[in-house]
Amino acid sequence: MTLTVSDLGYAYGAKRALDGVSFALMPGFTALLGPNGAGKSTLFALLTRLFVTREGRICVAGQDMARAPRAALSQIGVVFQQPTLDLDMSVAANMRYFAALHGIAGREASIRASRALEQLGMAERANERARDLNGGHRRRMEIARALIHDPKVLLLDEPTVGLDFKSRQGIVDHVHQLAGQGLTVLWATHLVDEIRDSDGVVVLHRGRVLAHQRAETLRAGRPLADVFIEMTASEVPT
Amino acid sequence: MIYLVAMLAIIRREAMRFVRQRSRFLAALVRPLVWLVVFAAGFRAALGLSIIPPYQTYITYEVYIVPGLCGMIQLFNGMQSSLSLVYDQEMGSMRLLLTSPLPRWWLLLSKLLAGALVSILQVYVFLAVAAGFGITLDPWGYVAVLPALVLSGLMLGALGLLISSTIRQLENFAGVMNFVIFPMFFLSTALYPLWKMAESSQLLRDICAWNPFTHAVELIRFALYLHPNLWALLWVCLSFALFFGAAVLGYDPAHGMTRRRKG
Repeated sequence: MTLTVSDLGYAYGAKRALDGVSFALMPGFTALLGPNGAGKSTLFALLTRLFVTREGRICVAGQDMARAPRAALSQIGVVFQQPTLDLDMSVAANMRYFAALHGIAGREASIRASRALEQLGMAERANERARDLNGGHRRRMEIARALIHDPKVLLLDEPTVGLDFKSRQGIVDHVHQLAGQGLTVLWATHLVDEIRDSDGVVVLHRGRVLAHQRAETLRAGRPLADVFIEMTASEVPT
Repeated sequence: MIYLVAMLAIIRREAMRFVRQRSRFLAALVRPLVWLVVFAAGFRAALGLSIIPPYQTYITYEVYIVPGLCGMIQLFNGMQSSLSLVYDQEMGSMRLLLTSPLPRWWLLLSKLLAGALVSILQVYVFLAVAAGFGITLDPWGYVAVLPALVLSGLMLGALGLLISSTIRQLENFAGVMNFVIFPMFFLSTALYPLWKMAESSQLLRDICAWNPFTHAVELIRFALYLHPNLWALLWVCLSFALFFGAAVLGYDPAHGMTRRRKG
């Protein structure tokens, strides 16, 4: 297991955002499927240690997030919902800045940057200013950047928000490819068309995990969208 | 080594940002120059200054306010970086910084040092222009002031950092101007010496004497004239430790204000 979450809870004051969330992921693509307000972003904030909680445990590649936060964080690559690019720097400079935040510098940083950009089909854009890239390419750059320190786990929080269909499709394909190469991917979304039959699906609703299954098993021959709507509509509010 | 790599990258990024924002540089330079040229000229007639350390002769008012204006540059710069931190938090690049596996206090210290260096650059340009107006110092004074500027820059930056950890929205920033920058600047020795303040009100004098900005200005003033001022040094160091400690706590997910922010 590369990412284990057990019995995780979090509250904003009296409002419980996450309650007893548990799942364990192996390398491959897992979608974190939930409607808006399900607690996806809170879960991501906990997984990246922007928030901490006393309830439950997070383990990344064998490292406990509470006991060894830095070892755990070094195994995580993350793409946030909001873009986090320095628009006036070139793609390569953005990549190198992030590498340096992980302590990678000089030639090593450049090699890793070009390798990561190549993986995402962005090699030829290394010297363009981030501002000049379209939305899809900016996102790809952020994914490449998240891979620069060779993490075992890649977290993406609704990475296709605001992109056109073609860019979305491209990014979904690329990330599935990465998952096929042995990366553990957790992809938060509320769009069922980004999920393939072979993917794992964790359904999150009102801060609880309703299901964790292969998409094919979960939908049982019906369209995934119908199953998802049914599940999230029938749940009684807590 | 890993630590240094990250620190240098953060400093380089801040420096490049600053170089790109030429209007910010001009504004940062024009502000103290306006004070020096316009304000000081008007006040010269109104204010008589006696000989007080570190000065050994009578000085004109322009000469008196130069260290205060150096401090002003750093004060504004500290608040400006605080503003950009709040902006970063809203925009997400702060998250990127905070998810780095390096310890947070180190990342925040790097950020502070970067801001301090940018402010020092502005101070030296200002001092050069002031020299153009005939306000020159002992050449060694320009060297001796460097460590003082690093310390005062870090202290004022840490204050900005602390403020940024408590402010959640950019809109609240106007309050910072009114309740932090102006009182800190006017209730300090930047514009008038303490004894002058005491003439009008003992309370104001006491507030000035407690104001950390006063000590930053005095540290700069004494360094420019090659006199040690250990009291100011102590105050600036203590204030830095206090502001920085509180800011690190504010950015610590287990204690701080980030807890209240919804992601």
